Amino acid sequence: MAIVETRHLTKTFKEGEASAVHDVSLQTAEGEFLVLLGPSGSGKTTLLRMIAGLEAPTAGQILIGGQDVTRLTPRQRRIAMVFQSYALYPHLNVYDNIAFPLKAQKVPKQEHKQKVDWAAGLLGIGDLLKRRPRELSGGERQRVALARAMVRNPTVFLLDEPLSNLDAKLRASAREEIESFQKSVGTTMIYVTHDQVEAMAMGDRIAVLHKGVVRQIATPKEAYEQPADTFVATFLGSPPMNLLEHDGVIVGFRPEHFRPAAAALPGERVPFRFRLNLVEFLGSETILYGFLEGGRFLGKEVIARLPATIAGGVPNEVDRVYDFAVSDRNLRFFDRDTEVRTEPRPLTWD
Amino acid sequence: MIARLTHRFGSTIARALTVVVFCILLAFPFYWMFITTFKQSPDLYDLQNNPFIFNAKPTLSHLQYLFDQTHFVRWGLNTAMVGILVTIITLLLAVPAAYALTRLTGRWGSRLGIGIFLTYLVPPTLLFIPLSRIVAELGLQNTLWSLVVVYPSFTVPFSVWLLMGFFKSIPRDLEDAAMVDGLSRFGAFLKLVVPISTSGILTVVIFTFTLVGQEFVYALTFISSDSNQMLQVGVPIFLVRGDVYYWGSLMAACLIASVPIAIVYNLFLDRFIAGFTVGAVK
Amino acid sequence: MGLNLAHRPHEPSKGAGVAVGDFSSPPLPWHQRFNWLGVAMFGPAVLYIVAIIGVPLVLAFLYAFGNVRVGTVGYEFVGLANFRSILQSHAFRQSLANSLIFTVCSQVLVIIGSSILALALKDKFRGRGLVRFLILLPWVAPISLGAIGWKWILDSLYSVINWVLIYFHLVNQFTPPMWLGDPALAMLSVILVETWRLLPFSTVILLAGLTAIPKEIPEAAQVDGAGFWRTLFQITMPMMLPIVSVAVLFGVIFTFTDMTVVYILTRGGPYDSTQVLPSLAFFTGVLGGDLAAGSAISLFLVPVLVVVAILMLRMAHRAEVGS
Repeated sequence: MAIVETRHLTKTFKEGEASAVHDVSLQTAEGEFLVLLGPSGSGKTTLLRMIAGLEAPTAGQILIGGQDVTRLTPRQRRIAMVFQSYALYPHLNVYDNIAFPLKAQKVPKQEHKQKVDWAAGLLGIGDLLKRRPRELSGGERQRVALARAMVRNPTVFLLDEPLSNLDAKLRASAREEIESFQKSVGTTMIYVTHDQVEAMAMGDRIAVLHKGVVRQIATPKEAYEQPADTFVATFLGSPPMNLLEHDGVIVGFRPEHFRPAAAALPGERVPFRFRLNLVEFLGSETILYGFLEGGRFLGKEVIARLPATIAGGVPNEVDRVYDFAVSDRNLRFFDRDTEVRTEPRPLTWD
Repeated sequence: MIARLTHRFGSTIARALTVVVFCILLAFPFYWMFITTFKQSPDLYDLQNNPFIFNAKPTLSHLQYLFDQTHFVRWGLNTAMVGILVTIITLLLAVPAAYALTRLTGRWGSRLGIGIFLTYLVPPTLLFIPLSRIVAELGLQNTLWSLVVVYPSFTVPFSVWLLMGFFKSIPRDLEDAAMVDGLSRFGAFLKLVVPISTSGILTVVIFTFTLVGQEFVYALTFISSDSNQMLQVGVPIFLVRGDVYYWGSLMAACLIASVPIAIVYNLFLDRFIAGFTVGAVK
Repeated sequence: MGLNLAHRPHEPSKGAGVAVGDFSSPPLPWHQRFNWLGVAMFGPAVLYIVAIIGVPLVLAFLYAFGNVRVGTVGYEFVGLANFRSILQSHAFRQSLANSLIFTVCSQVLVIIGSSILALALKDKFRGRGLVRFLILLPWVAPISLGAIGWKWILDSLYSVINWVLIYFHLVNQFTPPMWLGDPALAMLSVILVETWRLLPFSTVILLAGLTAIPKEIPEAAQVDGAGFWRTLFQITMPMMLPIVSVAVLFGVIFTFTDMTVVYILTRGGPYDSTQVLPSLAFFTGVLGGDLAAGSAISLFLVPVLVVVAILMLRMAHRAEVGS
């Protein structure tokens, strides 16, 4: 049984304007870590808030644990949410913050201490119980927010970009904490982010949203290797997939598949002439920016991503034209008008 | 669903009711001033008549009396003059002081800032007796100059505090860039900071004027004669003949002296709030 | 007022002496380290305030401890004699009690009223601008004019309130309430008018505090399972405590040191039943010419002011330390 399910969920804020969320139907599996990924304005946060009950949908249904919760208040849905700012109650200490949901649900007072200790123990904040939120570091606040969320045994955890307020250094360790937390607790988690690296690292599945519509729901590997449309193709992966228009279709290939002809990957080789413009040496790999030469692709900007260990060494002469190639197995084809993935076709190249 | 809808509906009703009740309670006296101003005296003083409506035709006679037969206009001019002079003095004292306190002095800055703020806690009703003596010694009793000299004592602290909030929001980088380009610190202040802060300065002007127009104790204490008085003292004290209050003209005077200020004040309120709450709620 | 007094993260500590702007410099002789421009800029304001506030303050103390009347030449120190004599006066003891009752009652009413109003105004709705204009009128209009407006509304013969009460047969038309003539009613009227005057100010402050609460906090409370009342009393109000305190402290000062409302409505009468310390000081010291007694009376304002000042400083300190 799906833990969280949405059916044709739509939210329009203003009559006549484009919907923030349009006809989204998805299901989570039990114990799954589902990431809602998209740029700002894609509707991912609105979607999350509707699942939480903080926004009322314009149309569609939401089911949690098989039960239709569309008309229920957040309180009645047995969900827990971690906000972007963590929303810890500043006037309460850590213990009272974690105990607050228990108080609100009228859990008998004798049980509070045991549950708070259990949650705090799991997250390693047992010695912080007397502190106030303002005395805590960013990482500690996240743990308190998680403890407060888990203390009532919710059916699903909802997280709204919790890492975006942390500095880069902290983000990696905080990310790891969330992942191991979810694994140990085993509860379904729906996680919103705009960071595609985060999404791919953490998610069991990713739902990529763009302008209120879900473009693809798949495992990170599937979404990366078999993107459903050009948006997903260019949003996942950095640097983004190279896209060229040719023969009435859009052809794409990832920078890591664009290599010197001598070191090309197995498969039917498609040759290109590549004039190097800019070299970015990043240690384990080098990013090359340049332009295609010859025929209809003249002047088209492309990016190559080569490991340091590549056979024949990394090309580094600016303005020199090199012979590059892409294996036809690594080509992806998209319909020119709808931008949706289509079948591969044999192409004529010059 | 029903529960949610009725809850929303109920709270909207409750809220609307609360707002309406408070609006009536707070604004009613001004409506009353308005009605009284234009009601004919016989109508006004007839206990049998419904007081909320005009039982006879509205009249301008009270207004006429006010402007022709009392010192109302004179008081208005007095207040305006004092307002202008006090505003100028306040700006000259407060603008540099606020700037210096935000930018130039380190530890002292906060101490002096607190000091200035504490002076606000010393009320006119504590100082007015010694000040009346000082004013007499200076030969300023019963003149508007006494007020011009004394009023900045409460407009300056208030303005310094307001402006400090303003200046704090101007990034230091702007002035640093100007100084790298060759301006002195004071030059940067005059040519860069002051022009940027026109809205803050304007706010100070408005609030200083309203503070001048509202002050009662000093004006009552220092000025004794009818014609030298300020509006806010003249109206309640001198628009009386013997024991008889000419309520029609009195209310007319109140109305004229209150409502325009209120309109202007509202336009500037948001700035006031912004200055007030920076740092107050963390 | 502002609790953000000069929080200066950029400023390195410079040890003894006044810091020289932002520029870090090697140790200089004291006359070069002293920041002349800074002093020149705030000097005039400070001097002015010391003169117009500091000097009279000192004088107030001197008068209270001396034998001074209008026209007195020279000064004679009489110790606590003035205080002893005013403490024996019935009018003074009455005024002291009245001041306390007046302040406490009006503040309680203001806080309750403005809390309710601030909660009602928190969310945007159509016409909020007009509502704000109407609600601010009592605060913006000069106190004296608002008071005289009330005097007319509470007039012994023509009070519109009485007219309404008589109309609904709630009171006898021959013995209507004497709002300003009966001692108990007069006190009530004065308290209510002062409440009326302060409500807008307090509401504005509380509103600002309410809107400063991040939206995610009540949402988190909602998700945690708290209903309307629990969120209000256990989350919203405790978070507002600092700003409510500020509103209360200012309200106490405004009310305790105010003579205008009493002077205009009742002149302290009937029979000193509405006399408060500031108005008594006025009658004694200014109209009566007894500068010594008048000053002694007004000095009784000082303890309350000092307590308020300490509380405010403590709050400002805590706000800086906590951030």
